[in-house]
Amino acid sequence: MEYEAVIGLEVHAELCTASKVFCGCATTFGAPPNNQVCPVCLGLPGALPALNRRALEYAIAAGLALNCQIASTCQFDRKQYYYPDLPKAYQITQYHQPLCTGGCLEIMTKQGLKRVGITRIHLEEEAGKTVHAGSTGITGAQYALIDYNRCGIPLIEIVSGPDLRFPEEAKLFLEKLRSILCYLGVSDGKMEEGSLRCDANVSVRPVGEQAMGKRAEIKNLNSFRAVQAALAYEIRRQMELAASGTPLAMEEARAWDEQSGMTVYMRPKEQPHEYRYYPDPDLMPVVISSAWVEEIGRTIPELPDAKYDRYTRQWGLASHDAWLIAAEQKLAAYFEAVVESFSGNPKTVSHWVLGEFSRLLNLEKTAIDAVKIRPRDFAVLLERLAAGTVSGNTAKTVLETMFYTGQDPDTIIREQGLAQISDVQQLQELVAAVLAAHPGPVADYRAGKAKAFDYLVGQVMKATRGRANPEVVRQILIAELVPAEKPAKQ
Amino acid sequence: MHLLDMTAAELAEALAAKTVSAVELTRACLERIAAVEPKVHAFITVCAEEAFKQAADIDRRRLRGEPLPPLAGIPVAVKDNICTAGIRTSCASRMLQDFVPPYDATVVMRLKQAGAVVVGKTNMDEFAMGSTTEYSFFGPTRNPWRHEYVPGGSSGGSAAALAARAVPLALGSDTGGSVRLPAAFCGVMGLKPTYGRVSRYGLVAFASSLEQIGPMARSVRDLALLYDAIGGWDDYDQTTLPAEFIPTLPGLNKEIKGLRVGVPAEYFGPGLESAVREKVRSRLKVLQDLGLIVEEISLPTTEYAVAAYYVIAMAEASSNLARYDGVRYGHRAAGRDILAMFTRTRQEGFGPEVKRRIMIGTYVLSAGYYDEYYRKAQEVRTLIRRELEAAFTRCDLLLTPTAPVLPWMMGEKQRDPLTMYLADCCTVPANLAGLPGLSLPCGFVDGLPVGMQLLGPALSEPLLLRVAYHYEQAAASCHATPPEGGGAGGI
Repeated sequence: MEYEAVIGLEVHAELCTASKVFCGCATTFGAPPNNQVCPVCLGLPGALPALNRRALEYAIAAGLALNCQIASTCQFDRKQYYYPDLPKAYQITQYHQPLCTGGCLEIMTKQGLKRVGITRIHLEEEAGKTVHAGSTGITGAQYALIDYNRCGIPLIEIVSGPDLRFPEEAKLFLEKLRSILCYLGVSDGKMEEGSLRCDANVSVRPVGEQAMGKRAEIKNLNSFRAVQAALAYEIRRQMELAASGTPLAMEEARAWDEQSGMTVYMRPKEQPHEYRYYPDPDLMPVVISSAWVEEIGRTIPELPDAKYDRYTRQWGLASHDAWLIAAEQKLAAYFEAVVESFSGNPKTVSHWVLGEFSRLLNLEKTAIDAVKIRPRDFAVLLERLAAGTVSGNTAKTVLETMFYTGQDPDTIIREQGLAQISDVQQLQELVAAVLAAHPGPVADYRAGKAKAFDYLVGQVMKATRGRANPEVVRQILIAELVPAEKPAKQ
Repeated sequence: MHLLDMTAAELAEALAAKTVSAVELTRACLERIAAVEPKVHAFITVCAEEAFKQAADIDRRRLRGEPLPPLAGIPVAVKDNICTAGIRTSCASRMLQDFVPPYDATVVMRLKQAGAVVVGKTNMDEFAMGSTTEYSFFGPTRNPWRHEYVPGGSSGGSAAALAARAVPLALGSDTGGSVRLPAAFCGVMGLKPTYGRVSRYGLVAFASSLEQIGPMARSVRDLALLYDAIGGWDDYDQTTLPAEFIPTLPGLNKEIKGLRVGVPAEYFGPGLESAVREKVRSRLKVLQDLGLIVEEISLPTTEYAVAAYYVIAMAEASSNLARYDGVRYGHRAAGRDILAMFTRTRQEGFGPEVKRRIMIGTYVLSAGYYDEYYRKAQEVRTLIRRELEAAFTRCDLLLTPTAPVLPWMMGEKQRDPLTMYLADCCTVPANLAGLPGLSLPCGFVDGLPVGMQLLGPALSEPLLLRVAYHYEQAAASCHATPPEGGGAGGI
């Protein structure tokens, strides 16, 4: 029997507001433990939450960008459970009425464009962070330390529909989602710092079956690679179980173990979990007017899908290149700034931005904001290349110097004498000298050895330290070598 | 007249006239507390050092001739579930017996801005759960009128401190009658404001959707003075009302003739002790003489109020009190693992009434019971609110007893929590509906005070205080002093 996987993601994204969602504490990452806390986020007796308006606006913006319906009021519920890093013993979240529902997100899969449902987005508060000491994991830990700095940082939970079928799709979905959140400026999307985290629900079923099998929830996947690898492993595991006649009997929570490359059993999923949700009486419902939603909508910048369309349709970029650029907001902005200053084809720009420029970025681990090359200068270099002032290879050298020094290309070309020699008379003299100095290869060429031609070109380039325009050199050489072969015609 | 027999308004005049200093007044107050405490036990913590510091600061400003805020130098007692920075706030619980908050509740900050001197934290039922002030980890408070009787609760310490002339002003909190009931039982006055009129920030939560901090005093002027000092919008409490806060003190004298007073039959029903009924009804004459029009009305949903109230209050309590797990502050018991620590901490830290309410509250919020209990109770709450709102389209205010019974003997109802809960039947509708209620003394039966309650529509505090003020002028019984001796032991 053939099986297919059914995957749904629950993505938690911290919103990058300056202060927490229900108090004025800072949200800076990496502050000394328990230094960004107050009576409210510590849940001290008597403290009350006061909603951060910006957090709500960010969550609404995310909902709009993911094509959701926005609720007409924002209401909070208490989700109650005991854990040391949850100081009130309840999390303020949205249960009865999520802020956003019924959205979607499109991904480009190998099979084509795929629409993935966004079931809901709700706003909630982060819990603190428990650090288990005296051991590498929870088991065997001697004691636990709790950092409440993270407590109360605004968080949105984005729940996808069970629409994904392959680990690759889950990764694409997550990449796209991260890209959109970063574009909106509502999340920094840093999976390595935990500000973007993902739980994956996965089950398998025979192809053609409509009902879903029992699922496993893989908790806390914190890289794109982990999402893909954990799902691939878990799907294989479940398919093997199903094929051997022992499919999952109980829903379970599992953890991804990076080292062994396996998912490991954590606990059964209690169903239904007893969280005793009820409306939080400390927070009045906030009315969300359509005018306010429209106002938030107007702050949303052009998103990656729209950019992708523009790049491919208007500018003729290849699909892959267009997506690579559009996915990263800052790269896209840089790219567009170069295109704007450049009189030639945007494809030339994408070729250089994704090629040599990206190579340098990766090599030096430079962030786009820290790049010294002004987009205008980048465009000037491409103009020089197009005009034949420099060769392609020289242009790479010039770009590298620009990258490290921030100098403009004309200065570099002038000071280092890198301008290409295209002057025919000058090159004819050079070619004549090379031919005179290398009678052997000349004879070889005339005897039909085509390789000797390249050797002669190389000699001219060498004599000019690469500055000779190779195309012109080629034409002169052909002209010089051919008449000697058939002098009779003259 | 002894300093402490004076009202806060009179004391403010004496302070302004420099016939007494804030430090002298504080000393007199602390001496009085020391004298009555062994018999009444109204306080959990007396903060002499902080009080003298505040008083000395006021005196310096007074001597420099600076303009003084309205409560400058006036001693105030604060219920021990209202956070005071640097001063223990125990909620009368073993769980918080050593808890010292790092912050002031908004009302305490406002009291300080108004120049008041906080002299101590008053006794209460643990986490404000009770009607007698017997459920305190620190031992019960006694009624200054007759020591073998309960002072009412849960703000029994504040009421008893006022009745015993230990302080002229006190703050209580009222979740289902906890300001009004002890005010009635101790022969003083207490106001439960409209929900959202006074900030709850820093009030240790019991049932968030029901409770308000309220002023308590021995005169209507003082009640207004204290209310004006603490009320109004607070950025830290998003349930406070944005409507402009209009001070009540300047309007106390305004005319009340022609106002319509509704007398709801259900509040005078079979559960009411006849002595209480007679006492309260006899006061209708006083109101009529003041030019008010009395009208008999009916509020049929009243009988469901106590049941709805306890379901909602306990549900919220179970959630609000979940944070006491021994991890960050308060009592902590050792345990093999984290669950054992949580369990033993809560087993040891909470008293019997608190545990009872947490358990019932947990039950009514559980999946499968939520609709049957919590949601149903909220629906009843809506009906009660609508019925009261409708009544206030016909009447300007309502008159009821504050409690259906006289103060009872200490220990009498501890084995029977249900009859104790029923003592709240006259006060809980105002909490369910978020409306203001004011308890006034209306005489004595067997040497025990009886209270009557004025209820008004939302934000009608100025009106309630005005009617109370006129009543106070007309009725002699408002300012009686407990006999030295408190019936049995003497104060």
